[in-house]
Amino acid sequence: MNAAETFSVEMKGITKSFGGVHALKDVDFRVRAGQVHALVGENGAGKSTLMKILSGAYYKDAGKIKIDGEVVNIPNPHAGRKLGIAIIYQEFALAPDLTAAENIYLDHLSDKGGFINFRQLYRNAGELIGSLGFTINPRSKVEDLSVAYQQVVEITKALSEEAKILILDEPTAVLAPREVERLFSVLRKLKQQGVSIIYISHRLDEVFQIADRITVLRDGVVTGSAPRGDVTMDDVIGMMIGRTLTTMFPRRECEIGEEIFRIEGLRRGREVRDVSFGVRAGEVVGIAGLVGSGRTETVRAIFAADKKDAGRILLKGKPLKINSPRDAVRSGIGLVPEDRKGQGTILSMTIRENVTMPRLWKIMGKIGIIRAGREKAITDGLIRKLAIKTRGTESEVADLSGGNQQKVVLAKWFGTDCEVIILDEPTRGVDVGAKVEIYNLINELAARGLGVIVISSEMIEVIGICDRVIVMREGKVEAVLEKDELTEENIMRPAIGQN
Amino acid sequence: MTDLVEKNKGTALMVKAFNFVLRYNTIFIFVILLGVSASISDAFFTGRNIFNLLRQVSPIGIISLGMLLVILTAGIDLSVGSMMALASVLVAHFLLTRSLALSVLLTIVVCVLLGSVSGFFVANRRMAPFVVTLAMMTIAKGLAYYVSNGRPIPLKESGQALKSFGSGVFLYIPQPVFLMFGVFVIILLILRCTVFGRMVVAIGSNETAVRLSGVRAGIYKFLVYGISGCMAALAGIISTSRTGVGSPIVGQGYELDAIAAVVIGGASLSGGRGTALNTLLGVFILGMIGNIMNLKNVPPYPQWIIKGLIIIFAVLLQGIQRRTER
Repeated sequence: MNAAETFSVEMKGITKSFGGVHALKDVDFRVRAGQVHALVGENGAGKSTLMKILSGAYYKDAGKIKIDGEVVNIPNPHAGRKLGIAIIYQEFALAPDLTAAENIYLDHLSDKGGFINFRQLYRNAGELIGSLGFTINPRSKVEDLSVAYQQVVEITKALSEEAKILILDEPTAVLAPREVERLFSVLRKLKQQGVSIIYISHRLDEVFQIADRITVLRDGVVTGSAPRGDVTMDDVIGMMIGRTLTTMFPRRECEIGEEIFRIEGLRRGREVRDVSFGVRAGEVVGIAGLVGSGRTETVRAIFAADKKDAGRILLKGKPLKINSPRDAVRSGIGLVPEDRKGQGTILSMTIRENVTMPRLWKIMGKIGIIRAGREKAITDGLIRKLAIKTRGTESEVADLSGGNQQKVVLAKWFGTDCEVIILDEPTRGVDVGAKVEIYNLINELAARGLGVIVISSEMIEVIGICDRVIVMREGKVEAVLEKDELTEENIMRPAIGQN
Repeated sequence: MTDLVEKNKGTALMVKAFNFVLRYNTIFIFVILLGVSASISDAFFTGRNIFNLLRQVSPIGIISLGMLLVILTAGIDLSVGSMMALASVLVAHFLLTRSLALSVLLTIVVCVLLGSVSGFFVANRRMAPFVVTLAMMTIAKGLAYYVSNGRPIPLKESGQALKSFGSGVFLYIPQPVFLMFGVFVIILLILRCTVFGRMVVAIGSNETAVRLSGVRAGIYKFLVYGISGCMAALAGIISTSRTGVGSPIVGQGYELDAIAAVVIGGASLSGGRGTALNTLLGVFILGMIGNIMNLKNVPPYPQWIIKGLIIIFAVLLQGIQRRTER
């Protein structure tokens, strides 16, 4: 068997479920030495999961992994590293207060019994960085380096551990175009050294520049795999989407009224760049886009969860002064955050304590003594209305299922007199039955005349429940689609920047 | 076959009992300690000893209840010991020239103000409570020495009313003890029945979720330090009323005792967990340990060691309880 035919990585029949939900189903994936193999797919397609299994962060339920032709077992990241597999995440795993050299050699700082030879450390680090074609001072603290250079440090770290398989998860999300070029030159150098590179990215234009082979995942299954030269970008897009629309979206006959909410020129750093849009009464506006496109950042800036740099917010034509979430709530805006466990609910408290939180003072009277009977009645009403499956008002939210937890967050706003409600990934991690119930609740909110904004990464969901969709990319509004224009392709193209 | 069923039933019951003990571990430790104390020493369960014990723990009890509120918000107040000394000195100082009511009021106001300064830096400037209250601790200590010139201030004629409070009884119970129970009831009600209490616990549990619900979390974080200051003031006033002197060296180390009591009572230093009753039990547990060792003439230094060991043991139990809960 000649060298070109052996694969440095071979994953066969990989299957992984999380709590009954299939993340990966019988996935085959192979990379040759010195090859850049791109892994593409929508949010939640399973790319990260597959790579986490390869690097040892997760453990497969079924399947086989071979490194250089030998079957291996990778039970933890340490084992992965020993096999020469290095993964670089979007968030980087560097210690900001330490120097570049210390980070690069973090795993093996000392040769002799605990004492560090710093001179040698810096020299070796400098050499390694140089071999990639960069000049970064190994003595500089990582937190002082630009993001692009931090990434180089990460890659150098992988090199220092003699990685033969390098996995990059959305490496260019944080880079400027010029820096992307430099990253590619690094990757090409590594290719020449025989390193296998697995490149996860949404950015098809870049993928087509750097990849030798492209594999597409959709819903945990491989929908296509081919050498780069054999496919066009349209082919790849087709492999990424194209599910049949199920009929699980409740129909709405809703009167859409006048515009009641408007955002103008919203700006926050690099994440939200001059975003403007409007929402009408009774309308469900979706915000679609890939991870990192700035959707959550936009709504957080609206709600003042993060301070915005600039922008006007108008409710029914009147400009609002919103400097804190309290202002937002008082003005009539509600937010169902993306992270229901960390930001949407207080897990250790009961349903009752959670749902009454936004208006506790209002319903409790002046001295602030909680009228237990009234609180319970309100909670009971909400539990009934939203069909929250629970033993009662006193259940701890932590004990509820994901879907019911989400309903608790929704219940918070149901009783208030908010006029605009923002839902960030409302059905993420929610079972199908509860999803439908949540869609119904969204419809009901719209029917009441609220303006509803929904962020969702699931395209069929976006198409199914929204009247209008805003597609964001890199902090900007890339496209606005009316109901009759809502197709997966019309959403996907602006999302990845291919118009 | 029936044997197996019996055995399983038996273990299931044991598991249930175990979990029950874990859940109410503070009460169990308290009761066990009560039993142990009573059996080791005949002098323990006398009215005289019990009342002495209660009298002694009154200042710490009040401070611990204030500390509970602060810890519930995931904060900490290291300044209470020094503030107690400051209050002790201030009330004696004011009594030289003012009425009892005014002296008490002024003392409380000063301590609340100082506490509020701490609260401001924690809530508004988002500084670490540990650092802020550590600074306040030294400031309060300095103020106590400054006002008293480093010497105790004895209560004169004008201070007799205060002295009689300290030694007086009401329904056979020492008045300072009454005050402690009064504060206990108030804090209990606040935590259970008011919006303020609900928010304090919620903030310690998940401040982000509270803020995103449109609540101004900062106000609550600010207020608890003022309340803690008020508690320290009450403790200092009690101290002066009992000894007859305003002293700048009382309350040393009380902040640590208060924290220990709160923690033994099952509160988490990261906030969101803890009750007034359990905190008070924690105070009693600590008090009993010292008391019983005194009755048995255990020398003071080993007492500290044993106290420390009991604190570790109690917290270990909390940890196990928490882990089996989830």
